[in-house]
Amino acid sequence: MSAPVQAAAASPGGHYVPHAPQGAQPETVAALRAAFGDAIGRDVLVCGETIVYVARERAHEILAWLQTTPGQEFDYLTDITAVEYRDPELPIEVVYQLRSLARRADLRVKIALDKTQPLEVDTVWDLWKGCDWLEREVYDMFGIVFRGHPDLRRLLMWETYAEGHPLRKDFPLRGHFSRAEQTRQALAAQPEAHYSLEELSIADAYHELPADMRERLLKGERGTLT
Amino acid sequence: MSSTLRTVEMALATPGLDEQGRVVRQPLGVADRAEPGAEGSYDEGFGAEHMLVNIGPQHPATHGVLRLVLELEGETVKRCIPHIGYLHTGFEKLGEYRFYNQIIPLTDRTDYLAPMANNVGLAMAAEKLMGIRITERCQVLRVIACEMSRIISHLVWLGTTGIDLGAYTPFLWAFQQRERIYNLQEAWTGARLTPSVTRVGGLMADVPEGFEAGLRDFTRTFPKVLDEVDTMFTRNAIWIGRTQGVGVMTAQEAINYSLSGPMLRASGVAYDVRKDRPYLGYEEYDFDVPVGEYGDIYDRYRVRLEEMYQSNRILEQALDKLAKLQGAPINVDDPRVILPPKSKAMNDMESMIHHFKVVMEGVKPPVGEAYLGIENPKGELGYYFVSDGTAKPVRWRIRPPAMINLAALPKMCEGALLSDVIAINASVDIVMGEVDR
Amino acid sequence: MGLVNPASENLEVEGTQVSTMSPNWVTTRLDFLVNWARKNSLWPMPFGTACCAIEYMATAASRFDIARFGMERQSFSPRQADVFICAGRVPFKLAPVLRRIWDQMPQPKWCISMGACASTGNVFDNYTVVQGIDTIIPVDVYVPGCPPRPEGLIYGIQLLQKKIAGETFTDQDLRQEATYGPGNLFLPPARIDELSEPFGNSVHQTRSQ
Repeated sequence: MSAPVQAAAASPGGHYVPHAPQGAQPETVAALRAAFGDAIGRDVLVCGETIVYVARERAHEILAWLQTTPGQEFDYLTDITAVEYRDPELPIEVVYQLRSLARRADLRVKIALDKTQPLEVDTVWDLWKGCDWLEREVYDMFGIVFRGHPDLRRLLMWETYAEGHPLRKDFPLRGHFSRAEQTRQALAAQPEAHYSLEELSIADAYHELPADMRERLLKGERGTLT
Repeated sequence: MSSTLRTVEMALATPGLDEQGRVVRQPLGVADRAEPGAEGSYDEGFGAEHMLVNIGPQHPATHGVLRLVLELEGETVKRCIPHIGYLHTGFEKLGEYRFYNQIIPLTDRTDYLAPMANNVGLAMAAEKLMGIRITERCQVLRVIACEMSRIISHLVWLGTTGIDLGAYTPFLWAFQQRERIYNLQEAWTGARLTPSVTRVGGLMADVPEGFEAGLRDFTRTFPKVLDEVDTMFTRNAIWIGRTQGVGVMTAQEAINYSLSGPMLRASGVAYDVRKDRPYLGYEEYDFDVPVGEYGDIYDRYRVRLEEMYQSNRILEQALDKLAKLQGAPINVDDPRVILPPKSKAMNDMESMIHHFKVVMEGVKPPVGEAYLGIENPKGELGYYFVSDGTAKPVRWRIRPPAMINLAALPKMCEGALLSDVIAINASVDIVMGEVDR
Repeated sequence: MGLVNPASENLEVEGTQVSTMSPNWVTTRLDFLVNWARKNSLWPMPFGTACCAIEYMATAASRFDIARFGMERQSFSPRQADVFICAGRVPFKLAPVLRRIWDQMPQPKWCISMGACASTGNVFDNYTVVQGIDTIIPVDVYVPGCPPRPEGLIYGIQLLQKKIAGETFTDQDLRQEATYGPGNLFLPPARIDELSEPFGNSVHQTRSQ
């Protein structure tokens, strides 16, 4: 299988009409390379948009630079997601869609995570508050931990969900367990158990919970990971 | 648009504005009423406890299966913790097992209040990935689909927000108008709510006889209904009292929280994907984009109401354009993408082979990826495709405007009253199918 | 509900006895009166989750108007409701909520499963969607469609009314609450797996792969 991203060529419909005239960001790429050197990996132009690969260790620094530097001003975080390819050799990529509202510019920043290492990335919660639920969803669906996130719990599945991370390629479409087992586990999850420890401490009710519920909450609750 | 947008301002008896420019609200706190121990004051122990209240997931006012956990001090919300995922359907996982055209029916069911707009967004994202340029008639029809969706989505928002704040009648008016659009959608595609109107490279079908006349009739009478709603709400003291100054997001906060759509514009940020990154020929249409100032619920209401007037305007212009494109093709002329008509497929060997290949093997885009955002009624809906050259995407990501807007709810509810939480939740205009996907 | 509870097939159910009252003219007249009152004043508990909820709202609005069938008051509190209308897909995270709401409804209660998602899981045959709420609670009427037209839902309500009209209070099994087997399951595990079997090739929607 060839490299995951190439410039669009030989497309079925013939020539490509760019969606946004300012899609490509060559000056930004040049400025990034000047500022960060080796931490910037390859950059690609696909379907009229620029993608830059950055090293994980300096990713937070690079994203902060992109947000604050005059001339870049990527003040709007459009999306955070992750991609796992069908080829198991390829790394998982964490994808940041950035936008500069003033300059009407888009940029896609990717961090490639080797699957043999723990999947961890620094959070950008101090830069864009909008990343809160986006990072939680990536954690839920892919198992990628965002270091420094204030409340990294599962978002879409219930907190004590035991089957795994659904959007991984080794997770089958129907899940690992049988339907009866899934039903049993779902019905066994008491709605009160979906209160986080934080919420229960508000209500001062934590100490009144039965021991096994406290156990389960302790297993499912994530809290801050630093 | 500056402060002329606000026609009526209620003089609130408040201490004034805080340093961020927001109105300081004086909630009925316990501690500042009277000296402890004095007559009429609460006991320290009695009033100091914070209460944990759970709203949902089954609740008439949460607009779907949303669960809010509130920490209350008296009637004031100290913290609001939303829980979502009660409608998680695994769309993105399903998309990896479907051809691109087979994903289109899935998009009806994410934002089911504006299904045609989702279909259009997906087809456009796939066409961007494949480098396809659609025909002009297809563009005009897709604009019609998007603006009809905008109207029906905002009408649901209007009706349900009215109910949440105590006004039941506009709900019935709104749904009556929606039925007229539903008739048109049903005539075009056969389904009221799950149209699946687009295909990659074109549309499911052309509009039938009588569609244009029906839509013209709608555009003629719809503004009068909006005028009635305007009369009901805009200068209504109860409405103003419940919506002005409530749930404020400043412009900087709105950008930082990645809000989009009417939420962003009501906070004063003039960003609309149709104007800033025009698609489907939107640069040729003459329409305004309302931008608010104060970022409260009232401004969001004004923005959405005005957007409906503007959508009506766009529909009229689109109909004029459509009249000039009678008989033009709606599908791109590429047999690798579009199914040939049945008469040709049955009689011509080459067409039959193309038909077979498109149906059995799907349309294969090149290796690559594409992100496309469109201006959905709820905000910027983005579709991100990653392709490895096969007919099924490696990754299909929906950038959900409703979820990202909803994530700002705890911020907006800080310091609000309990009944304000319901109003703020209504003003975010969420649809849980999109929040949870 | 006249359903024999499947989870009780292997259990000793106490209280099932031969009816001591045999139907006669008086009972049928009483049945008629009671059933007529019940079927024409069904208060629905709209458990609306997704797109079917919007069609349900359209059915409740002025064009189709289920108020003419006695459903004037949408009872969002299950304690005061008669009919549980599940409108929309039910993920596993929502399943315990649905079960709890159903259990909170007092007898007499009926259930309408509106739409293909609530009836069978629809196209969402994946890790997260319950493959039909009849694996969790007993269902009386299934209304197919995605979403069903308001006329379809009204037809389903009329079918339920017919079902109610056919009930008799001399049937001792009629108003028994569902019993739940081990693991809080309504059906035996093998039956749940059987009902959730994929139909055709529902993973890859193409024959060639």
